[in-house]
Amino acid sequence: MSDEDFQPGPGRFPPTRRSVIEAVGSMDADERENALEALCAAYWKPIYKYIRVRWNRPGEEAQDLTQGFFVEVLERALLAKFDAKRSRLRTYLRLCVDSFVSNEGKASRRQKRGGNVAHVALDFAAAEEELGAAAMDPAAVPSPESLEEFFEKEWLRSLFSLAVEELHQYCVARDRERTFRLFEAYDLEENDKISYDRLAKEYRISVSEVTNALAWARREFRRIAFERLRELCGSEEEFQREARVAFGSHPT
Amino acid sequence: MKFLSDKTLEHLREAAEIPDLTGTRYRLLERVARGGMGVVYIVEDERLQRRVALKVFDAPGADRDLANRLTREALVLARLEHPGIVPVHDVGTLADGRVFYTMKFVQGQRLDKYLESVASISDRLRIFVRICDAVAFAHAHLVLHRDLKPANIMVGSFGEVLVMDWGLAKLLEQQVRRPTEVADPDDTIFETPTQAGNSNAGTLPTSDATGHGTVMGTPGYMSPEQERGEIEHLDARSDIFSLGALLRFLLTSDSKASAATARKPRLDKALYAIYSKATAPNPGDRYPSVPQLAEDVSRYLDGLPIKAHHESFIEKLGRFYRRYRFFILLIGAYLLMRVLIVFFMHR
Repeated sequence: MSDEDFQPGPGRFPPTRRSVIEAVGSMDADERENALEALCAAYWKPIYKYIRVRWNRPGEEAQDLTQGFFVEVLERALLAKFDAKRSRLRTYLRLCVDSFVSNEGKASRRQKRGGNVAHVALDFAAAEEELGAAAMDPAAVPSPESLEEFFEKEWLRSLFSLAVEELHQYCVARDRERTFRLFEAYDLEENDKISYDRLAKEYRISVSEVTNALAWARREFRRIAFERLRELCGSEEEFQREARVAFGSHPT
Repeated sequence: MKFLSDKTLEHLREAAEIPDLTGTRYRLLERVARGGMGVVYIVEDERLQRRVALKVFDAPGADRDLANRLTREALVLARLEHPGIVPVHDVGTLADGRVFYTMKFVQGQRLDKYLESVASISDRLRIFVRICDAVAFAHAHLVLHRDLKPANIMVGSFGEVLVMDWGLAKLLEQQVRRPTEVADPDDTIFETPTQAGNSNAGTLPTSDATGHGTVMGTPGYMSPEQERGEIEHLDARSDIFSLGALLRFLLTSDSKASAATARKPRLDKALYAIYSKATAPNPGDRYPSVPQLAEDVSRYLDGLPIKAHHESFIEKLGRFYRRYRFFILLIGAYLLMRVLIVFFMHR
């Protein structure tokens, strides 16, 4: 581990990414496409699962609707209509999905126009598997509050999964794959028997090296997740609120 | 992409929240509480080999305004050296950009919990007077608390009463900018935003978020003017309103009741007068300063007339009786005994 990794202070963090809400309306086609990709990467899974659970649509139809929705976002410039002062992007998108799905005729027409979300691999099979793993019974989520909670949890799962993926790439790029493996073993695997001692023995390093590596990985994970989150918010206020939802809502 | 189960999600949230103490002299022991702006942990100061409480701001470090607020809280506290105010030891920024400060680790109970074991009204009023002492001290140093409520009062294991959580404190700036001037605690003084990075002992970073029109505080305990967001017009009387609401809580133990509710609490007439004066809707009708409120409560405890209430002759007699009950009963018993002696001697 290099000393650089432990330099304290916020100044060393890279500049924050631009909000997708602004970027999606950019004159620059590349920036617009990147923004839509970022939005799609974070939201396609929650939206797909939401359509499956809330609207009880079969897998194939939910896939079409999910893809069609992102085309709708672009074609109807839905993000330009979003007002960060009035609601959260997450809530806004969920309501847009409801409105979109309730008008299936239009959705199917768009699909026929060949609308597709390019460059983002939508692994619907994996999403379906996750939905099965969560064993979410549509009958078990009858109230709008529980549906909102469901969508929020799926959004958080998507955000954290992307952050973990990015952390992995970051570790690989910095030749810190062992750090990621330690993080994966301690923080991602559901293994109650895992301990610092056990990891230290397994990797033939000291316990303090394990704890330092974990502190570094968690710090970077937090930073990446916040960067992703900031990108997906319309204002600083919304970002602060969402950050609390994502990280700071543990009751005492 | 790896699927994260609900359990893993929860674990990740907790793991990411753990303060990264790399490069500090502290070792994490346990998480104890969450406050309005951050989480409090018990850590060991490895240099001084003692346990201290570490409060870490839980929002992203990039939020300069909120980070400023925690730094400001630490600097405000550092100025207030009083037995009723928890002392701050250190302030800084963690490796992940979050602001933290360390303070004395108070072993005790929150006031609302502590009161479960204190039945006597006079004991509760003595606690109230000590809270007033700490707040009066802060006011004398031109600091308003702005969030006085039972959850922000701790009673230590040796009975010490501490006013906590100064996160919403309003620093009355005149003293800071012009220390040579004679300060009037009742003056309205305005905050000026500064950068945390440039903060020093003489200039406390303040918050844009507490500008005029912003409502911050706890419903039921904050004054009407604070509820209306009239931040610029707040003065000591706003905290006096909160102290009045706190007095009601101390006397009734009703956490749902508040000064804002119309229901009249069942209190002794004099105590009700003190409570009413402290929580008057118009700041001009309240006690002008905390020492005057504390003095009225102390006078009540000593059986003396209070300033908030003009007594009738009957009330004066009643108070006189309560104050000198022992002597009155003693004299009464003596006189009765004399009468009985005289009566039996003349039979």
